[in-house]
Amino acid sequence: MGEFKVHRVRFFGYMPSGIRCMSFNERAERLALGRLDGTLEIFNFKDSFYQEKVIPGNDSRSVEAVCWVAERLFTAGLNGEITEYDLENLCPKYSLDAFGGPIWTVACNAQGTHLAVGCEDGSIKLFEILPEKIRFERNLDRQKGRVLSLSWHESGTRIAAGMLDMIRIFDVQSGHATHRMLVDRGVSGMRNHECVVWCVAFLSDLTVISTDSSGKVQVWNAAMGILSSTHLVSKSDVLSLAVSKDESSFVVGTSEGTVVQFQFLANILGGDEKAWVRTKTFKPHTHDVRALAEIGTAVVSGGLDTQLVVRPLLDKVDIMSYDNVLHKIHFPHRSLVSCAQKAGMLLFQFPAQLEVWRLGESEGRGEFCLGTREKWIPFQGEDHISCSAISPCGGWLAYSTVSSLRVYRLQCDEHVSISKVPKLPKVLRSAHQLSFSDDSSKLFAASTHSMVHVISLSQSECKHLHTFKPKSGSTEPVHLLAASKDGKWLAAANRGCEIHIYNLHKLKPHCTVPIYGSCPTAMGIHPTSNNLLMVHADRQIFEYSIVEKQYTDWSRRVQREGLHKLWLERDTPVTHVTFNPRNAAQFMLHDTYMFCIIDQSLPLPDNKCQFYNQITLKSLSEQERLSHAHAFKMCTKYQHLLFLGLLDDESLVVVQRPLTDIASQLPAPVRLKKFAT
Amino acid sequence: MAALFEGFTLCGVVSGSARAEAALLGVEAEREEDRVVVTDCGRSVTVYKVSDQKPLGSWHVRQGQSLTCPAVWSSRSGEYVAVTDSRVIRIWKDDDTTFEKTFKATVCADVARIHAAADSEPVVLFARGAVRMLDALLEAPQQPIEEVLSEEEVIRWSCSLVEGKQLVTIFTTEQKEDCYLYLQRFNPNSLHKYKLETGESRARPLSLCATVRNQSIKLLCLYSSGCLYQSVLSMRGTIQDGVQLLPRTLLLRLPVEDGHLSSASVVSLDEGNLAMVGVPHPSASAGKEFLCIWNTNFQTLQAAKELTGRIYGQLWSYSGRLYVPHGKALTVIPYECERSSLATALGRLQQDRSDGSKPVTTVVSWNTLLHEDTIQHQKGARGVETRQSKSRKSQMTSLLTVDQVLEKIKSASEDSVTRDVEMILSGTADPELQLVVGRLASQLVSRCQSDSAFYPHHTLAQLVHTRCVCHSLCPNLLMLALEKKDYSLAQLCLQHFPDIPEAVTCACLKAFLDAEESDLQTENLEPDSVSFMEGMVAVCKRDGALENGFSPVLLEEDSCDVNAPTTRAKGKADWLVLDMPCPVGVKKAALLNEILQTAHTDSFLLPHLKDLTAQQVVLFLQYLQFLYLKYYQDISAQAPGLRSPTVTQIMDWVCSTLDAHFTVLVMLPEARDLLFQLHKFVRSQVRLICELGKIQGSLQDLHKLKQTEDADLYSIEVIELF
Repeated sequence: MGEFKVHRVRFFGYMPSGIRCMSFNERAERLALGRLDGTLEIFNFKDSFYQEKVIPGNDSRSVEAVCWVAERLFTAGLNGEITEYDLENLCPKYSLDAFGGPIWTVACNAQGTHLAVGCEDGSIKLFEILPEKIRFERNLDRQKGRVLSLSWHESGTRIAAGMLDMIRIFDVQSGHATHRMLVDRGVSGMRNHECVVWCVAFLSDLTVISTDSSGKVQVWNAAMGILSSTHLVSKSDVLSLAVSKDESSFVVGTSEGTVVQFQFLANILGGDEKAWVRTKTFKPHTHDVRALAEIGTAVVSGGLDTQLVVRPLLDKVDIMSYDNVLHKIHFPHRSLVSCAQKAGMLLFQFPAQLEVWRLGESEGRGEFCLGTREKWIPFQGEDHISCSAISPCGGWLAYSTVSSLRVYRLQCDEHVSISKVPKLPKVLRSAHQLSFSDDSSKLFAASTHSMVHVISLSQSECKHLHTFKPKSGSTEPVHLLAASKDGKWLAAANRGCEIHIYNLHKLKPHCTVPIYGSCPTAMGIHPTSNNLLMVHADRQIFEYSIVEKQYTDWSRRVQREGLHKLWLERDTPVTHVTFNPRNAAQFMLHDTYMFCIIDQSLPLPDNKCQFYNQITLKSLSEQERLSHAHAFKMCTKYQHLLFLGLLDDESLVVVQRPLTDIASQLPAPVRLKKFAT
Repeated sequence: MAALFEGFTLCGVVSGSARAEAALLGVEAEREEDRVVVTDCGRSVTVYKVSDQKPLGSWHVRQGQSLTCPAVWSSRSGEYVAVTDSRVIRIWKDDDTTFEKTFKATVCADVARIHAAADSEPVVLFARGAVRMLDALLEAPQQPIEEVLSEEEVIRWSCSLVEGKQLVTIFTTEQKEDCYLYLQRFNPNSLHKYKLETGESRARPLSLCATVRNQSIKLLCLYSSGCLYQSVLSMRGTIQDGVQLLPRTLLLRLPVEDGHLSSASVVSLDEGNLAMVGVPHPSASAGKEFLCIWNTNFQTLQAAKELTGRIYGQLWSYSGRLYVPHGKALTVIPYECERSSLATALGRLQQDRSDGSKPVTTVVSWNTLLHEDTIQHQKGARGVETRQSKSRKSQMTSLLTVDQVLEKIKSASEDSVTRDVEMILSGTADPELQLVVGRLASQLVSRCQSDSAFYPHHTLAQLVHTRCVCHSLCPNLLMLALEKKDYSLAQLCLQHFPDIPEAVTCACLKAFLDAEESDLQTENLEPDSVSFMEGMVAVCKRDGALENGFSPVLLEEDSCDVNAPTTRAKGKADWLVLDMPCPVGVKKAALLNEILQTAHTDSFLLPHLKDLTAQQVVLFLQYLQFLYLKYYQDISAQAPGLRSPTVTQIMDWVCSTLDAHFTVLVMLPEARDLLFQLHKFVRSQVRLICELGKIQGSLQDLHKLKQTEDADLYSIEVIELF
């Protein structure tokens, strides 16, 4: 098969931000996740946990709490504003100041008519949810001390509020507090520290569950205003709480990184008298567990150690399948790296900065040679970068935030000089995805309403050539763009799983690929045959002939014979497709834990044969190899891959971000007594 | 725990054709426990006395007639009842010699079965489903019999149960694919019909078995898919209309090789155990038939016995015996079901598996060698089943049962007890051995305790050697050995018992420390342990040339120890008495070594260790120090294969002993020297460890060097894919 020269890059200092809050939408099976830097991410749990949408953060906006109201998404933060998001254009729709100081929590009632927010000044404010906006309705009785957590009773007539040292139950109708339940400050050493009620949950049987900073989980009877039981789960804070939909169990997360499950069980087997019993303890994290959700068969947890963990509850799982094994999501499901193949340069995208690196020229096996680093901070404004791209020749660079799009000219000789391209066409306001044509003469920018703008670039000016609109009228954001090498075709995939192909010569839509139920995660157009290769979130691979407007024979063969079980069970989506110029039948895919070369001329592996067969093949002779080889040539040598690309000199570029490097940059975890320390 | 004992043949089976469905019409209980009525497929009914394997009476029908239903014994009237040619009911007594002169009555419909449940009137079940009491039927034999079943319904199985005064008859029928169960209650008469579930796989019920307890009928049903279901019906039911589905719960899912059982039978033995025939043994090869006892509570196989010849899927159980026709004989197999506990339930299958993985003793000891030889011999004898061994065995089992020996132990002389126990041991097969040995041992010990003159050392040692005794099975054995100063038995117990409590260990330790050397001289201890100690002492007497050129003096050179014992002359390298003499005799040392090797938990040991007197502690510590020094001095002292304490075990005991008696030792003048020496030696060892730690630290960096390669920020390398 052959040898590859590999540039192994580990200098991309990508640092994901800690997870602050999450909310699960049962109906759409989507999880909204707020990070500390204000980024919102939406994961589709129906579609292999694919990170469907990312709304970039903003320096001035923090996300303290997130809340779904039907299909609408609201957040509130310490800047005192409630924000609703436009999930089609991936930007904030509007923000409304609650005028109560920083907002700690937001909760929507079961009827979906009102939003309650808890503010620093001790007020609980009710907002009426209208079709296009929200409107302030009234305050509940103002109390002393900040309101840190809120939970509606399902009837919508009462609210439980977690404050400092106490929980109050409010009657929504009158706005008065009906009960005041004092929370113990805990061990004697902590007496003079306030006890912060981090979370409350109001169950339908008028039970209130609270978690607090002294490590307690308490169950209260809100009808009487009395404490039913106390469970000490941690020596430090219990920061998060999530109740299952049927209210038969709940989970709490502590700052030690543990998640503890409680279940409502009968005292005696088969008895009627039930009590909350601590049942399971997991330790999915090393740091604070700040956000939790219990979704039927699994517990989703996230915290300061930046990873999202989906842990199945095996007692609720009937059949083991891909959907109910442990999942850990460390990295974004989109590429933060773009590569100038001809110039051997890499562009790294950070939330608020970009870095351009040039790869070393040195030949020779395994020789250490650090690439020349061209760091560059072009950045003004508070919005974070949503996408960026560098042209194949290394001469152009573009990036976009929610509010602006900029294009720069790079001059690479001894020193790199950079200059902003003035007077961009008016249509270029922001983009969800950017891409350059292979000859670097055109820039493609995926904009609002699934539109793709085509801009021609030249030394003198940038000109808007055309805007493609999808025939389907879809308004979902485009997240993948692929241009063919000959400059004739452009493919655009949007989050609605549609893939449109446009003819760049005629500036006309060409066709639409038949819609497949899973979102495409990577695609590319073959340089010679102009076949479009697509990989979806469920790891299915399709090849579509643009010229013939139909799936190719190979694609049909893949669908007929099926992919190998081990391939379908891989944990992370494929995020990049490249084609091997040496061999037209080969293309390369990578996910976080492997890259593989797929040879279309070889037979597909069936479930009986060994899938990871590189070591076996290595030990065989040349002749025997032929009989054992199959189409998937897996290489798991490089782990934690963020990017894998092919330069024009046919060498590979591998960008890795080892998890240990991320872990070493995290703050120290809560100190735990370990044996013999 | 259930066990199957050696079976014997009751009578031959004459099956008409090779493919006959059944070997016998039936085996029914008679008035006495020991007697059964066997009805064969042809024309004869025979009453057997089972323990004598002897027929008591036999009756034949005339040529041309045939028996169509198994004969039953009606305890009410003291008569036998059978049916010939489907319609003729015959009733006779013991003293009738032939059928010709007996009472007969012809009824106007085909009879399926006659059932006589204990102490109740026999019930006649007609082929078309009607049920009559025998008395009522005989009053008017020609009375019209109604048809309950539809045309194509056939009765497959039936039984009659009684509890108190309530009598019920249950029978199942088959109609094409469907199976039904009828429950006939009497006084008032009511017939209830249930449908038996057959499930997805259309599994057919193969065998049923009903028991009654507390007014509820427990019905076990074995399906051809290998699943065993349990249904519960009430004796007194309310009257319901229509056909109901019989609720069932899965008890067992048995491994079935090709998906379907052809013929099998199940019999409930007690609440948790049931016997099955025709169901493959889970770990035996195909083609072999087994009689198995399964425990439904734990879903474990309790006992199994291979049956030769073809089996017919017939099985009966009366008063502790299983009757199973196979090949050309009806075999009677006695069984025993004890109350099961999880441990014993698990034990059975585990034992089968662990057979191959028994720890192998590398050094042959004469005792075990001789003993194994006898075991081998027994095994060989069992395997080959020569006529001689068979006859001897049957002779022995018939001569002496365990119960008889147990009874004998209570009073008989030592010699006869020894002889009897030996016989029992040689005659008992492996599975039962555990039960038998445990009972024998506890009986023997209790005799010894009550009768101080009675002490069969050899027998007890033999029992311990079987490895079937453990401390919890016979808690007084070890203490008895100590009491009788039988040190060799105590040593055996220490070697073989895995579960000696810490209190007993300490009692042994005390006894051993106090034992007179002269007493021990005559003791016949295990040769291995003694030879190990002899070797050790011999090394000790050898010249003090240190091995590997190592001299511990060098390490100590820089120490300025002011607290050196003043009693000793300085200048000479006497700070370490490496040539310390063994403080105890060889045999005592061997015994102490056994103590060191017992399993124990420090925290449980400590309170009992405190009971030792100061003198005992000093002696014990001296001995431990001696061992420690020996080990340190001469690595080869820890000869591989020999049963000897490890350094860790020695250190554990030193720590525990010091822990328990530290204050006493500090105050004791004679312990002073000992403690000083121990301290010095330990300190020199600690230094050595420190040095080793340094070396390890520098060598560890070698591993780190490898990893640095991985931490480069950028590298260019070449990979090859195939």
